[in-house]
Amino acid sequence: MKNRTFLQRIIGAPYIFWAAVFIVVPLIIVVYYSFTDAAGNFTLDNMKNLSDYGQIFRDSILYSLAATAISLILAYPFAYVMSRKREKTQQIMMVLVMLPMWMSLLILTYSWMNILERQGIVNTFLTKIGLSPMTLIGTPGAVIFGMVYNYIPYMILPIYSVMSKIEPSVLEAAEDLGSGSVSKLYRVILPLSMPGVVSGITMVFVPSVSTFYISQKLGDGKILLVGDIIERQIQGNYNYNSGAALSFVLMVLIILSLALMKLFAGEADDSLYV
Amino acid sequence: MKKILSVMLVILMAAVPLTFTACGANAAIEEPRAVYTRDYAGTTLNVFNWGVYISDGSEGTLNVNKAFENLTGIHVNYTTFESNEAMYAKLKSGAVSYDVIIPSDYMIERLISEDMIQPLDFSKLTNYDLIDDSYKGVFYDPDNRYSVPYNVGMVGLIYNTTMVEGTPDSWAVMWDEKYADQILTFDNPRDAFAIAQFLIGVDVNSENKADWDAAADKLKEQNKVLQGRVMDQVFAKMEGGNAAIAPYYAGDYLVMVENNEDLAFCYPKEGTNIFMDAACVPKNAQNYEAAMLYINFLMEPEVALANAEYICYASPNTAVINNPEYEYYENEILYPAPEDMPVTEYFHDIDPEIRSYYEKLWESVLLAD
Amino acid sequence: MKKTIGNIFVGLMYLILYLPLLVMVVFSFNAGSSTSVFKGLSFKWYVELFTNSTDVGVPVRNTLILAVVSAVIATVIGTAAAVYIYYVRSKLWKNTLNTVTNIPMMNPDIVTGVSLMLLFVFVGRLVGAVNSLNFFTLLIAHITFNIPYVILNVLPKLNQTDPHLAEAAQDLGSTPTESFFRVVLPAIMPGVTSGFMMAFTLSLDDFIISYYTTGTDFQTLPLYIFNMVKKPVKPHIYALYSIIFLLVLAVLLFTNISGMKDKKEKK
Repeated sequence: MKNRTFLQRIIGAPYIFWAAVFIVVPLIIVVYYSFTDAAGNFTLDNMKNLSDYGQIFRDSILYSLAATAISLILAYPFAYVMSRKREKTQQIMMVLVMLPMWMSLLILTYSWMNILERQGIVNTFLTKIGLSPMTLIGTPGAVIFGMVYNYIPYMILPIYSVMSKIEPSVLEAAEDLGSGSVSKLYRVILPLSMPGVVSGITMVFVPSVSTFYISQKLGDGKILLVGDIIERQIQGNYNYNSGAALSFVLMVLIILSLALMKLFAGEADDSLYV
Repeated sequence: MKKILSVMLVILMAAVPLTFTACGANAAIEEPRAVYTRDYAGTTLNVFNWGVYISDGSEGTLNVNKAFENLTGIHVNYTTFESNEAMYAKLKSGAVSYDVIIPSDYMIERLISEDMIQPLDFSKLTNYDLIDDSYKGVFYDPDNRYSVPYNVGMVGLIYNTTMVEGTPDSWAVMWDEKYADQILTFDNPRDAFAIAQFLIGVDVNSENKADWDAAADKLKEQNKVLQGRVMDQVFAKMEGGNAAIAPYYAGDYLVMVENNEDLAFCYPKEGTNIFMDAACVPKNAQNYEAAMLYINFLMEPEVALANAEYICYASPNTAVINNPEYEYYENEILYPAPEDMPVTEYFHDIDPEIRSYYEKLWESVLLAD
Repeated sequence: MKKTIGNIFVGLMYLILYLPLLVMVVFSFNAGSSTSVFKGLSFKWYVELFTNSTDVGVPVRNTLILAVVSAVIATVIGTAAAVYIYYVRSKLWKNTLNTVTNIPMMNPDIVTGVSLMLLFVFVGRLVGAVNSLNFFTLLIAHITFNIPYVILNVLPKLNQTDPHLAEAAQDLGSTPTESFFRVVLPAIMPGVTSGFMMAFTLSLDDFIISYYTTGTDFQTLPLYIFNMVKKPVKPHIYALYSIIFLLVLAVLLFTNISGMKDKKEKK
């Protein structure tokens, strides 16, 4: 590749400025509070206390991984079907995918409670047809389901937008060369859609680790995740230092997880052609 | 094409709320008891209150803020918070200047001790004589200098008569294995611990760690019969018959029973929490005089009546309590007769060290099986 | 055959996505005030919305304005950022940028909200302002958490685009700017669009960050709703969202019917 043009060098300037002021500075604030106590003195106490939360960190990451995996498995075929439709249909499908997310998560969660509760819609239906009711709410499954429901559009969209531009001619070429459907999927579509998959995984895994609202409502307040702890420390205990420390460690864990994932996915999110 | 679509969408969606006009709103009181000067017309007042905690004109009720604006010409910026702690975080940071805030008892105690609120000018609060004497001189403001009572409430036990045998009268029923997976409790440490503390006979404001340990142990015993820890979900759960027993506020029971007649209420004999929300003025308020007018306005008989009927908790205002037209006039649950009055305790602000301690205990309760 | 399976699968997914919405619409016609007990059909909550001053019109309008403005600005900055990151040569700088991009997503909302609030208060103190928070601080906060999502949607499209295309255009005489707007941008447009959609969506429902970064003069709908903690959500909110839902559906249907003969897909 030739040397970068002036435009290519300068186009990032607004973002770099923005990131420096509104992402890096608040980050420094968080790090500062992580390592100080209420009086402002340097301390490692916040970090030491974190060892009590090992199980909760582990649980949070596991829940997120589960939600991410399920989202991926469901979103991938969905995005594929979407990408093969007419352009007009694709647009409508995209809006329809996002539309539920415009309707206040609180309201939708209440509706889900209505559906999944002990005397809720699902159980009423089950008893009507003679089956015994199931306890759906208050279970880890309900929380993971809630996470998937909340985040799946963020997995569908990036995968779809990459798949939509996979040249039909590439697929035809693969068929001409004798490729069956499965092989076509595995050797052609999958690698080409990888950038979208990696983005999707990031946009689902990362925010879901620190979520707290979903686990409160769908977990009947019994499932304790990192987001709940941080919220309680900051608001319930007025302890921003402890909350910041937890958040900082969480950030480090997520960065490590993402780095691990990049290792497995190869250089997929980098330029494929260079 | 897409551009047109999105633009149309936005226009349409933006147009709809504009049709939500104030037509038909009840925005004036008929006979103000006090005199409200228009000297401060054109100024702005920042009010910070709990959510859904003021009569706002829905279902034909009085729109308190609009009525105040019409009367005095002062524009009200009304914003809400979800908890005392969330309010405190915003206030402490100094990010925003509020003129009137309406926190709860223990939070007012804290704000006074941290010098974050200022004394009120009672010469301007001419409606203050309407406040019931039993709500004056309360622990957090013993000399009645910093606050004016807004709302009172008590916690009690709500239960579904079709799912529970007999008539419970004790917190102990929340530990009864007969009702396993049907029992709810509060999703925050203070309220949850209080129930255990009442049951085992320990001070809810204890500064003794051993007391909190004992209460935590009691709570851990409860885990095996607990369906869940809830706050606002309690409405859906109890009304829908998804749970049998839940502690919650007396006024909220009155709302729930409209949707499910099987529900009943009692004040447990061991005692229960009473709380008071009161209006105060922060130190950095910019519009003190307007704040005085607003607080005085809140005590107006018609305004206090509208609020009491909207919020459904008890009112500290005698003009409401003694009004036979009041919807909850002499309601046994909101205003129990002296002989039925339960033992009540206010929450006090707790020493930070003890608070950190019980927060830690709370986590251990949540994680225990 | 394969197509039918695909369609059924997609149909099922949509069904699950919309199930709670349908329940919400049904309950917006609830004669009672419960969100779990249906007491009979009634239009009263709709009447309520349109006649009484329920103070909900202003938050709705505010939320829409905020969402559109922050999404547009985030999309512009984010797309530019993605292009920049794509052309960066140094691996270290690239990785740093990618990590910084993800940071707003990593922190729980409450930490992001409070740290931004502290930043704004610090600046406010410097300038001697009485109120450090207002619409602009709220807007800044929204743009900040929106940008990562735009970048993450545009970058894959850039990776997919043949880099030689832009060079080819320049070889044929375009200036770098022209080649960007006429060649690169159209190629990555689906990514830009989905990034915009995501940013808009995130903004619409944000509560905690908004709480900590807004002043007294700009109340949004999520703040209005999420602060209904001591009391249950009143069904007129259900009616409100039902109306918005039906409106959007109607617009979709309208444009679908009218735009049947659409221009061919641009290359």
